[in-house]
Amino acid sequence: MERAVHDRGGTPTDAPIDRTEHELSDWELLTDALVGALGGEGLMNVDELRRGIESMPADEYERASYYERWLSSIETILTEKGVLAPGELDARLAR
Amino acid sequence: MKFRAGQRVRVAVRPHEGHHRTPGYLKGKPGNIELVHGSFTNPETRAYGADGLPLQPVYLVGFQQREVWPDYRGDPGDRIYVDVFEHWLEEAE
Repeated sequence: MERAVHDRGGTPTDAPIDRTEHELSDWELLTDALVGALGGEGLMNVDELRRGIESMPADEYERASYYERWLSSIETILTEKGVLAPGELDARLAR
Repeated sequence: MKFRAGQRVRVAVRPHEGHHRTPGYLKGKPGNIELVHGSFTNPETRAYGADGLPLQPVYLVGFQQREVWPDYRGDPGDRIYVDVFEHWLEEAE
């Protein structure tokens, strides 16, 4: 049965496992806090967060870091709900 | 609760579009109900903005590593324990 990109338990690989740790950047801490705040406001729950991550195109999913996946999901879910307009974040960032 | 501790079950093999939390490597594998965790909101509907009701029972299921991984070379008694929602479990012989 075909598995989605995130469902990879037991998938054989010869690639080494990257066990390095890194200090979290400010944007990563803010992303974590944002998900907490969105949950508190009832705008997004953890299952929606996961679904948004799992629905990323496979190549983007592979390229993205942990919190980049969270950010991608936040944008997907909030756009679905109309909290963000399509393209709103990109437009603001381009200013 | 459909199952009780000690019962033999099998993880369902069925296509499922969309979010679910049953790992692919367990689908079709037999295991044992170790304990009943209780009932929880259903992530499969909650992931799309619903309230996740009715609550779904979740079980701790123990699987023989050798039954999950055909070429498992560790101790024959090794097991892996995974939480599985009731609607992904079927009665096994």
